[in-house]
Amino acid sequence: MPKKSPRRTRVRRSPGPRSQRAGGRTVRPAGTSSRRVPVQLRVLAHARSGDKGDTANVGLIALEPEYYPILVKEVTRARVARHFKGMVKGVDRFELPNLQALNFLLHGALDGGGTISLKTDAQGKVYSTALLRMEILVPAAIARAARRSAGL
Amino acid sequence: MTDKIVRVAAGQGFWGDWLEAPVRQVQGGPIDYLMMDYLAEVTMSIMQKQKSRDPKYGYARDFVPLMERILPDIAARGIRVTSNAGGVNPRACAEAVREAARRKGLSQRVRIGLVSGDDILPRLDELLAKGHALTDMDTGRPLSGIRDKVLSANAYLGMAPMVEALRQGAQVIITGRVTDTGLTLGPLFHEFGWSPTDWDKVAAGTVAGHIIECGAQSSGGNLLRDWRKVKGLANPGFPIVEASADGSFVVTKHPGTGGVVNIPSVTEQLVYEMGDPHTYITPDGIADFTSIQLRQAGKDRVRVSGIRGRARTDMLKVSIAYFYGYKAVGTLVYSWPEAYDKAKAADRILRQRLTDLGLEFEQILTEYVGVDATHGPLAGPPNPDAPEVQLRVGVRGPDKKAVERFTREIAPLVLTGPPSVTGFAGGRPEVQEVVAYWPALIDRTEIEPFVKVEVLDA
Repeated sequence: MPKKSPRRTRVRRSPGPRSQRAGGRTVRPAGTSSRRVPVQLRVLAHARSGDKGDTANVGLIALEPEYYPILVKEVTRARVARHFKGMVKGVDRFELPNLQALNFLLHGALDGGGTISLKTDAQGKVYSTALLRMEILVPAAIARAARRSAGL
Repeated sequence: MTDKIVRVAAGQGFWGDWLEAPVRQVQGGPIDYLMMDYLAEVTMSIMQKQKSRDPKYGYARDFVPLMERILPDIAARGIRVTSNAGGVNPRACAEAVREAARRKGLSQRVRIGLVSGDDILPRLDELLAKGHALTDMDTGRPLSGIRDKVLSANAYLGMAPMVEALRQGAQVIITGRVTDTGLTLGPLFHEFGWSPTDWDKVAAGTVAGHIIECGAQSSGGNLLRDWRKVKGLANPGFPIVEASADGSFVVTKHPGTGGVVNIPSVTEQLVYEMGDPHTYITPDGIADFTSIQLRQAGKDRVRVSGIRGRARTDMLKVSIAYFYGYKAVGTLVYSWPEAYDKAKAADRILRQRLTDLGLEFEQILTEYVGVDATHGPLAGPPNPDAPEVQLRVGVRGPDKKAVERFTREIAPLVLTGPPSVTGFAGGRPEVQEVVAYWPALIDRTEIEPFVKVEVLDA
C-alpha cells in the first residue's frame, strides 16, 4: 500500500461502514462538503457500562446534540455486533432521544459474569471504553470539530 | 403544601464505599433522609458465605460503627436513615445498631425499624412443591437442577414495608433485600402521601433512587466526560435528591464539596446497568427512562422531570445464591525486552503442565494485563517495547483439588520458565469458593403476606 497522501480522492473504507454504503452510493471526491471521514466514537460520545449477569450494558451518550442522529444512524446493532465479534454472543440496542443516548446490551460478554467470571473486568465496568474505539464515518467538518473538542 | 421539599441524601453506593460520605452528608447541610445502599447482586452471595461461617454475621458490618458515629447527629437533627445493610441477616444488623444506640445513650431517642420477610430459603421446597419453578431468568433452567446447592434465596421487596416503618415512627430502618430504589421511594411516598398506584410518581421516585443509589457515581465520580475537569474528588459531594410533591426533583450535592452535578454526570448514572429503557421494572412499578427530562438549573443542580410510569407487575424478582464451584487467579509480571512474548510462552508452559497433570477445569482464561485484559482483540497489536506485561491466568471448576494444584503451578514458573519475571511477592493465589447468582421471578402473593415490619423498643 502506498503511503497516505493528502491528495487521495477516496476516503479510507473500514469494513464496517462499507456495507452500509452498499446500494450503488458513490464515494465523493475529497474537498466536497459531504466528504466523510472515519472517527473514533470517543470524539463523538461518552459512555458508561455496567452488568446484569452475563450481559454487559453500554450507554453511549452524544457529546453534542448534533452528534446524536449520527450515532443513531451509524452505530447500529449489526455494526456493534461486528465490532465485538468473538467477545459477545448477541447485541440489543435501545434509543433514548431524551438523553441523546443509545443503550447496548452485550450478551454473553462476561465469562458468566458476577462471581463466576475469571475476567479482570468481570462486571463489564470498562466495556464502555471498548465501544468508544469503534470508528464511524462522519462529514469531514464534524470530524474536525469533534477531534478539536476532544483535544486530539 | 405544594412547596414542600424532601431531601434524600445518598450515604453509600455499595458495600465498601467511602466511609466518610455519610458523615459529611449528615453534617454538610440540611437533609431529611440518609439513604444507604449496600446490596449488589454479588453482595448477597458474599454475605451468605459469612453467615454460613458465623450465624451472627451476614450483613454489612461497616454499617454499625458508621451508625455509631453519626447517631448523635441524626438524633439531634431528626434525620431518618433507610438502609438495606441487613443483607441476609437484617435482625442481627438491627440488634447491633440498637446496641450502638445504647452505647451512645440514645436508645430512648432513636427507634430502629426492622423489615424482614424477604428471606424465602426456609420456604423454598414448599414453593417448588406448589409449582413455582423459579426458573433462571437468564438461562431458562429450572431451580430443581441446583436445589441442593442453594445457599440463600431472597425476594426483592419494594417500598411498602419502608413506608410502614416510617409511619410507625422508626428513625433508622434496616432491611434485607429491599430494592436499591425502594430506599428512596419509601421516604418520598411517606412524606408526600402519594398513592402507591400513582404510577408516574412511582416512576419518578424510582428514577430518583436510581440516580443516587450508586453514590458519587452521579456527582462526578467515575465520570468519563471531561474527567480532567472534575475537581475536588478528594472530598466528593455525594448526591442529594430534593424532591417536590409533583414528582419532579433536583439532583445536587452539599456546597463546598468536590465533584460535579451536571447533565453528563446524571446521564452516565442513568444509563448505568440499564436494560430496556422503556421498561425499568421494580417491585413498585415500571419506569420509562425515555420520558426523563434533564435541565441544568444552576451550579451543581440538575432538574429532573416529566417521568412516566406504568403499573407494577404481579411478580417479584428473587435473588438466589448457590454454590457453583471453585476458582483461582494467578499473576506474574514479565519485563522488557519482549515482555509480551515471554508472558505468552509462560502461559503455554503452564497450560502444558496442567494438561500433563491431568487437571480438568470448566474454564481456563488467560489475560495479558497491559495488552488485552479489558479490550481483548480490539486493543490492537501490543506495544513491542512495553516495559512489562502481567500474565493473568484464572481457572474455574467443580474440583477443589484441581484448583488447589493450579495455585501451586504459578510460582514454579519463576525458575522453570521464561526469563525476566517478577511480581510474585504475594505468594500462592487463594482458592476461592464461587457462590453464583440465580435470578428468578415469583408471584408477589407468595411473598407479601410474609413481610414483617417491626419497630424495636430500646
